[in-house]
Amino acid sequence: MKKSHIFALVVIAAAIGIIIANTGDASTYVSFDQAYQMASTGNNTDIHVVGDLKKDANGNIIGIEKSADKLSFSFILIDENQKEQKVYYNEPMPPDFARSEKVVVIGGYQNDSFVASKILLKCPSKYQEEKINTSSL
Amino acid sequence: MHYFIGDLGHFFIILSFVTSLVSVFAYWKTIYAEEPTREAWRKNARVAFYVHTAAVLGVVVSLFVIIYQHYFEYHYAYSHSSRHLPAQYMVSCFWEGQEGSFLLWIFWHALIGIILIHTQKKWEAPVMVVFGLVQAFLASMILGVVIPLIDLKLGSSPFILLRDAIDDPIFSIQPDFIPKDGSGLNPLLQNYWMVIHPPTLFLGFALTLVPFAFCIAGLWQKEYSNWIKPALPWTLIGAGILGLGILMGGYWAYETLNFGGYWNWDPVENAVYVPWLVMIASIHTMIIYKNNQTALKTSIILTIATFVLILYSTFLTRSGILGDASVHSFTDLGLSGQLLIYLLFFTVAAIALSVWRWKQIPSSEKETSVYSREFWIFMGATLLCLSGFQVIIPTSYPVINEIGSWFGFDLRLATPGNQVEYYSRFQVWFGVLIALASGTAQFFWWKKIDKENLVKELLYPFLISLVVFALIISLGKIYKPAYLVLTFAGVYLIVSNLKVLFTVTKVNKALSGGAIAHLGVGLMLIGIMFSAGYSSVVSLNNTGMLISKDLPTEFNRDNLLLFLHEPRVMAGYEIEYLGERVKPNGIPGYVNKNHIDLTVDPYKVVATRDILFKGKKILNARDTFEINPENTFYEVELRKNGKVAAVLYPRVQINPSMGGFVASPDIERHIGRDLYTHVSLPMNREEEPEWSELTEERVPLNKPFFVNDYVATLEEVVRIHEVDGFTLDETDVAVKAKIKVKGEREEYFAEPVFLIRDKSQVGRLPSEINDLGIKITLLNIHPDTGEFSLGINTRQKDWVIIKAIEMPLINVLWLGTGVLMIGFTVALMRRFKEFSKSKQAD
Repeated sequence: MKKSHIFALVVIAAAIGIIIANTGDASTYVSFDQAYQMASTGNNTDIHVVGDLKKDANGNIIGIEKSADKLSFSFILIDENQKEQKVYYNEPMPPDFARSEKVVVIGGYQNDSFVASKILLKCPSKYQEEKINTSSL
Repeated sequence: MHYFIGDLGHFFIILSFVTSLVSVFAYWKTIYAEEPTREAWRKNARVAFYVHTAAVLGVVVSLFVIIYQHYFEYHYAYSHSSRHLPAQYMVSCFWEGQEGSFLLWIFWHALIGIILIHTQKKWEAPVMVVFGLVQAFLASMILGVVIPLIDLKLGSSPFILLRDAIDDPIFSIQPDFIPKDGSGLNPLLQNYWMVIHPPTLFLGFALTLVPFAFCIAGLWQKEYSNWIKPALPWTLIGAGILGLGILMGGYWAYETLNFGGYWNWDPVENAVYVPWLVMIASIHTMIIYKNNQTALKTSIILTIATFVLILYSTFLTRSGILGDASVHSFTDLGLSGQLLIYLLFFTVAAIALSVWRWKQIPSSEKETSVYSREFWIFMGATLLCLSGFQVIIPTSYPVINEIGSWFGFDLRLATPGNQVEYYSRFQVWFGVLIALASGTAQFFWWKKIDKENLVKELLYPFLISLVVFALIISLGKIYKPAYLVLTFAGVYLIVSNLKVLFTVTKVNKALSGGAIAHLGVGLMLIGIMFSAGYSSVVSLNNTGMLISKDLPTEFNRDNLLLFLHEPRVMAGYEIEYLGERVKPNGIPGYVNKNHIDLTVDPYKVVATRDILFKGKKILNARDTFEINPENTFYEVELRKNGKVAAVLYPRVQINPSMGGFVASPDIERHIGRDLYTHVSLPMNREEEPEWSELTEERVPLNKPFFVNDYVATLEEVVRIHEVDGFTLDETDVAVKAKIKVKGEREEYFAEPVFLIRDKSQVGRLPSEINDLGIKITLLNIHPDTGEFSLGINTRQKDWVIIKAIEMPLINVLWLGTGVLMIGFTVALMRRFKEFSKSKQAD
């Protein structure tokens, strides 16, 4: 076997190693129930759940509670299986939070509460105007 | 309505599309036609490409006129610009949208094409066939033409009218409606880096086409190895400019975004970083080929891979597939099908051509020894590719999920939650290995080294590195194993290249490019290691409070709630919030919001007193000056040991049409470290403040009393004849009290008014001191005792929530970047000279 062949084999082995190392511990989007199960088996980091904020009949978002010092807040998220879950987030509430239509929370369970270490907001209207401002006429 | 300019622009787009195809056809004929007509075809092809370039310029000018003249009947101007936008940012509007950025890319290709036509006689025809095809694909993205019968929309034109783009009821009532103002440029992009970063990046993108086109031409024309000589200098420029563009983006993010760094491993960033790594690898294998005729096949693969990865990154960022995964990809224009065809066309064509010619490509049977320089360079190139491979896999999860779903798998792979930590875990070790390989390769490069003198050659650099390393870790207090190794590798890379640089410059300065570039990389590694690995949150709030009683865990908070003039001590700093400021346009400095009066025009305000900034007068009382009302700056003072360490003005932009709130940091730069602060949450002024219940205080003149813990005195009570600009009648009585309140930093005056109209109606106008959260009302006058009754309400003082980070040695990263660019330039000049010499010899 030529050296270059051995080299090629090593590179291929390294590439496969990289794929396994990456996808082996890749997190997946789950529901709150699955997340809870994962937490009870010890897997408690980097769980992704996608959901909507809870709204009342008039479409107003309900369930947001800010801490007294404003440095953290909690909200209610409804996942794809319509399960409601209170989520805590240890950061001030992002000002455009209430505008977002979909929220991805990344974190894990502590007892019966979901604590997010990061939240991603999806505001579809962010850079797409839907109405024209005609008032300036 | 200005229909003409849009129609003209659209005509130019169609013309550029058609002429690019004509040039492809004519250049094809130049290659395959019989001898006498060849030159005629070449002439035709050139004319076609020139007309194409002119048409592209026409499109650019038309679009710019629309933006610059505020023709808001056009969707592009309406959605990316506004009347108050400063002229330099009009340029940014141009490439904010997808169409404009495609246009920028097309524009660079056209210019590079012209240069190639004039410098590459031999390669002109096949290279320009590739160029013309790419231009046709790109032009089709902005074509905005609906193909009849099959009703297929091709591309999205930047010249579309607002009424065709947006379904608003106003247009059915009034089809000629033109909005008075546009919705403005995304405030994040109103930054000078956004004026130069996109053109640089897209020039980098465009330059990756050159080596690809040469490579394809080489395979096609069976010139399997000759393409490398003209391609190498272009690859060097491309890698230099693409790298510069990427780093400018990082610098912009550092200055403008508030994630606290310059690189976030966001899919959009990764998508350009990976082709850059592969491009750097391809430079190295081309250099190997030039020296000992090995690694030709690898060079071909890497050159093709670079361009394909650029197309892949275009697909990722513009097709909308990243959706949930990225925060800053473009909005989906419905071009994903077209983008996919563009990507697949060149991928499949390039691979098919390579496979077809593969057997004929000469390959060397030479075995490389571990002691050869080629071995070490090849090693470095391989590591670069593997490190890129690691990045591209998680970045492609959305694509993998999509492909999986075609086969019925519900993969639901999620991109890493903490991207920085995730990628760093792998990339640190690639950084180490690449640094060690390239440090060692430098010795082999310049000197014949075998088993015997290996130890001798490496011993001193190794020892010096160890000493420097020991110094750095003891001063920098580095204990983490991965960081220790990375620091050593970085130092070793710097030391070895300094040695080589020293030896090489004595012989010939022109050869020093490689050593300088690698030196820059070494500096960058050290800068990255310190600034990212050892940044510390200054605002760290280790009171360990509970988020909620339901939760068992206590949390440290990275954010700090600051009340006005109430200093807090954190991480060795005393941090004090001094209030809200505005920034006058064109005048250095900031103005206290309490010291201005608003006018009817929100962009113009009046100074109520002489304005000082850092002891210098910048405005006179009653001066009217311009501001940007979107922006508020929050003055925050950081003190260390009683001395002011920094005064920072982080910014908050409120632009409702752009999604509300945008916070940008302010950075205090020092040679050794940067202090970085941004607002996490500002006070909402639109919410009614909650006032406490009124308390009554009965005071005589000039006797101190307490208001909300501040010392106050009633200085005088005078009769007035005018209230808020209204002159009072003879029968009315009005008095104004003047109450001085001593705040922490300055004295404030409250001037409540007590008013009796028609001898019976009593009116009281309270006066508010914003900074102190006090409202004082003059309730009653007691002439018998000479006392006055004051009503006092208090509220929570003004506050802001901030985050402050200290970043050590970040300047080493920027220095390294500069050194790397110098290295690229030196290497480039050498290769261009080589190329022009060989051209003269032909």
